[in-house]
Amino acid sequence: MKSSTYERARTPAEAAAAVGRQQGAKFLAGGTNLLDLMKLEIETPTHLVDIQDLGLDRIEKTKEGGLRIGAFVSNTALSADARVRRDYAVLTRAIQAGASGQLRNKATTAGNLLQRTRCPYFYDPNMPCNKRKPGSGCAAIGGYSRQLAVVGSSDKCIATYPGDMAQAMRVLDATVETVKADGATRAIPIADFHRLPGDQPEKDNVLEAGELITAVTLPKPIGGKHFYQKVRDRASYAFALVSVAAVIQRDGSGRVSFGGVAHKPWRVAEADAALSLGAKAAAERAFAGATPTEDNRYKITLAERALASVIDQAKA
Amino acid sequence: MSLKADLEMSRRGVLVGGTAVAALTTVPAEGQAPRPAPPAAMPVSLEVNGKRQTLELDTRTTLLDALREHLKLTGTKKGCDHGQCGACTVIVNGERINSCLSLAVQHQGDKVTTIEGLGSPDKLHPMQAAFVKHDGYQCGYCTPGQICSAVAVLDEIKRGVPSHVQADVGKRPTASNAEMRERMSGNICRCGAYSNILDAMTEVAGARA
Repeated sequence: MKSSTYERARTPAEAAAAVGRQQGAKFLAGGTNLLDLMKLEIETPTHLVDIQDLGLDRIEKTKEGGLRIGAFVSNTALSADARVRRDYAVLTRAIQAGASGQLRNKATTAGNLLQRTRCPYFYDPNMPCNKRKPGSGCAAIGGYSRQLAVVGSSDKCIATYPGDMAQAMRVLDATVETVKADGATRAIPIADFHRLPGDQPEKDNVLEAGELITAVTLPKPIGGKHFYQKVRDRASYAFALVSVAAVIQRDGSGRVSFGGVAHKPWRVAEADAALSLGAKAAAERAFAGATPTEDNRYKITLAERALASVIDQAKA
Repeated sequence: MSLKADLEMSRRGVLVGGTAVAALTTVPAEGQAPRPAPPAAMPVSLEVNGKRQTLELDTRTTLLDALREHLKLTGTKKGCDHGQCGACTVIVNGERINSCLSLAVQHQGDKVTTIEGLGSPDKLHPMQAAFVKHDGYQCGYCTPGQICSAVAVLDEIKRGVPSHVQADVGKRPTASNAEMRERMSGNICRCGAYSNILDAMTEVAGARA
C-alpha cells in the first residue's frame, strides 16, 4: 500500500474543500472497498479525508414524508431501521442480500454507491483495463466475461456496477445530495448518478473532484409489495449474476431495476410500463439492444426468470 | 524466554535485515529525484479488551496489524487480508467488523474486543466453551474470527437486525439454523467445521433464551 496522509474533517464543506484542494486526495468512509483497492495499489490516494465526524450518521424524516439517509449511515443500520423495514422493504432486502455481516457493519450508504466494479480485469494490474488505466484496452472483451455486463456497455468497457443497495434506491427514485469543493450543493436523481462506460469507463459516476455525498433521500413511501431477488453462485456472500429489485402494486403495475447486468442499476421506463403484461414483455423491453458475450448471454434469460419469480410471488 | 520477548526479538531481526537489503538496493543514482518524504505517522489511542492503548502508527497500519504487530494480540488472524475470509473479525463498539479492512487511525477512541478479551484459558467465554465441546474447528486458524463473529451474530439476532433469509423483514429474527448460517457466511472455514460451529452457536443461543 502506498503511503498517504490522513485527516478527519469536521464539516461536510470542510471535507469537500480538503479533497478538492489536493490532487490525489480521497474521502474515506467505511473503507471496506477503498482499503481493499489500496492494498492492491489499484487506488493510490496520497491523502485521506475521513468523514466519520461530520454528523452524517442519522436517518431523518423529510417534510415531504420521505427519509433522508446520512452518507455515513452503515448498511446494517439502514437495513435495520424500522421505517425502512416497514415502508421501503426493498431497500432492507437489497442491503441484506449483499456482502457479509462484518462488511455491512462498516460499509456506508455513500460508500456503497461508490463501490467500484468487481470485473476481474479491473482487479488484476497485470491486465489491460480502461477503467483502471484509461487507454490500456479492455481484457474483458473476448476474455472471461461470465459475470460482466450484457447491456449499456461500450467497446471500451463491459464492467458492471456490483452493488445491491443502489438497485433498491433506483426503484425508489432516490436522490443523492452532495456538497462540492466550493461549498455549492446539488441533488442528483439516482437515475443520473451512475454513468454508462461510453468512452470514459474510468468515470463510474457524475461526481466532480472533491464532491462529497452528504445524504440520500427517499421520496414518500409508494406502498406495494417489495422484492429483491438475487441470483448468485453461492447462497450467501457473493456478487449478483443477476438481481431484480421490484415494487409491485396490487394491480400488477410497478417498478423494476436489474442488477449485475450493466454499468449502473438498469431500470427502463418501457419495462416498468410492461410489467403488468408479465416477465417476458418487461424483460424484452429492459434488454432491447443488449450486447451480451457468448459467456454472459445466459443473464438475459436468467433476469427474465428471476422477474417471473418475483411476479409470481407478488400474486401469491 | 517468553513468547512476547521472542516476538520482539524476531521482529527486530527482520527490521534490521530489511534495512540492510533496502540500503543495498536503493542507492540513488546521480540526478535521481530526491528521496520521498518518510511515511506519515500518527498517534492513535484505543481501548482494547478494556485496556487503554496509545500507539504511534504509520497511517497505513490496519486495525488488524495494530492488534497483531504492535499490541502483540496475535489471537486475531490474518487470512486473506481483503475482507473475504473473516479470520480477522473483531468486535468494535459492539459490532463485528473485518479488522483487515479498517485503518487503525479510523478507530481513535473506539472500544475493540478481540478473542483475547472474550475469555481466557481459565475462564472461557460460553461460545469458546461450546466450540471446544462441539469440535467447532480442526486447524483452528479461522476459529478466533468465527467465535468473535458468532458472539456478535447472537447479539445481532437479539437486537433484531434483519437478514436475507427472513420471510418478513418487518418481524424480529430468531436464532434458527437458517438465520445463523446466513449470518456466518462472512467467516470461511477451510476445514469445513461449519456444522459443528452451528451446533456450538445453537447451544449458546439456547442457553441464553
